[in-house]
Parts: sequence; structure tokens; C-alpha cells
Amino acid sequence: MTASGETIRRPRRRISVAGVLGELLITAGALVLAFLGYQVWLADLIVGGQLNSEASELAEEWGVGYSDVPPSEAGDPTQSEDPPVQTAPGNAIRFATLIIPRFGGDYNRPIAEGVGTTDVLNKGNIGHYPTTQMPGALGNFALASHRSSGGGNFRDLHQLRVGDHIYVETPDGWYQYSFRNLEYVRPSGVGVLNPVPQVTGAQATERYITLTTCNPFFSTAERIIAYGVYDSFYPRAGGVPAEIASNVTGAG
Amino acid sequence: MYAALWRILPGPWWVRLLILLVAAAAVVTALVLWVFPVIDQMVAPQDVTVDE
Repeated sequence: MTASGETIRRPRRRISVAGVLGELLITAGALVLAFLGYQVWLADLIVGGQLNSEASELAEEWGVGYSDVPPSEAGDPTQSEDPPVQTAPGNAIRFATLIIPRFGGDYNRPIAEGVGTTDVLNKGNIGHYPTTQMPGALGNFALASHRSSGGGNFRDLHQLRVGDHIYVETPDGWYQYSFRNLEYVRPSGVGVLNPVPQVTGAQATERYITLTTCNPFFSTAERIIAYGVYDSFYPRAGGVPAEIASNVTGAG
Repeated sequence: MYAALWRILPGPWWVRLLILLVAAAAVVTALVLWVFPVIDQMVAPQDVTVDE
């Protein structure tokens, strides 16, 4: 009985160095593939979702909240008078959010002062170039953010269509801009930050928004620039503009 | 290595499979939550601003 039991038992395979090494290499390959999948698709979904909800909660942190006016009856924008202009906050402080319906019904990302890599951009913020104007002021409200990683806030910058609305929410309300055009420049193309973009020494008579990020995707060889021009201002008391109701409340 | 792991695990084959699936899910979750974000910041393009 015991003798036959031993003969039936399959011979145990010896663990060889080459075998273990091979299995480790296969595992490493699978991990690299998993990381690529993470980097290309998953990361910005996860981080982006976190940023959307963080941006939605900013109004509460500012202590302003939202009026009870339903979005469908939201008030008319202020066009005749000049919109309010905040003073620039300290470095890395979140003072606004960026809402672009073209990027999705939940797209709402925090804007912080400064364009430092570690203290602002890598924390998922859209950074405001401190040398440029604040929203509502005559001149250029210029922003920078990651194309990929860190939430990929400007991942779809190339998808903007002429006339797409770009909203900036501050404690005062919503500044509405319309996307006008894209431009591709070298990393040294600081002319895009001028009060009148790409015009040196001009006195601004309009209000612009300028979004900068790297181009092509996963490269830093160039910069892609998106320009918008100011349309109107929606005061907070008048309610959330209907177009961005889902973005603002985080219900999208 | 993996063959040895399979032999060490207790129970019938479907229990072993279940244990391995749970372990794999735990490893993937840990990677996505803690390991990959750190690597991502090291390899992704960081330069998004225009400057002199």
C-alpha cells in the first residue's frame, strides 16, 4: 500500500534558478504593462475624480456656498459693468476653479496661485502665472497644468472648438470666456503671457484667458496654448449658470 | 516559484484559486493607490509652463 502510494505520487519538480528568474521576469513585464495602463487611462480618471470633488467643495471652504436659484432660472450675466477683480492670493492657495463643459459634465478643477512644479502643479492644481492678471481684470489670465499625470487637467486641450465656453469660478461668481484658438509654441514662447498675448508692450482693452500645457502628449518638446476671450460675468447670488450646473454641484 | 506557491496553499483547487485571486487583487490595489502614483511623477513630463 505504501509502496504503491509512493509510486503514484508525481515526482516533485526541482526549483531551478533559471525557472525562478524567468517567472520574475514575466511578473516584471506584467507589472510594466499594468503601469502603462494605469498611466494612460486609469491615473487621470482616479486623480481627476478626486480633483472634481475637491473643486466642488472649494465654495464651502471660501464660505460662500450656492444660492437657491435653480440653474434653469439662473440670472442674466452682468455685461454692462466691469466684473469684480480679486487681489492675487499667496503662492499655492486655491482661489478659483476652472470649468470646461467640453471636457465633461463633471469637469471642475482647482486653480491655485503660482506655477511651481512641486507645490502647485503636481498636487493636481491648475497654476496661475503670478505675472499675469487676475480673472476679470483687463489683460491676460494665464494658466498652466499637466497634460498627463496629476489629474491631466489639460489632457483634452486640443479638443476645444471655437466658441466653447470656459468658466472660472471665484467666490464672487462665474466668469465666462469663449474659446477662440489654439497655438503651438516653443517652451520659451513667453509672449503668450503678455496682457495682449503675443503682442509686446500693448495696453490691454480686453480680458483674455490663456491655457498652457505640454505638447505633444507625453512630451515636453512644445507647448500647446488655448486662448479664450471674456464674455460675461454671472454673480454668485444670481445662481449657477445652467450650462455648468452639473459641473459645479458635482452631480455630473 | 509559482508552482511552489500553488503547492503550499491549502485546500482544493478552487480554494487555492480564490486565495490567489484575492491576493492578486490586493497587490494591484496597492500598486494603483501607492506605488504607481510615485513612479508616475518620476517619469511623466513635468514641464508644462512657458518660461525664458
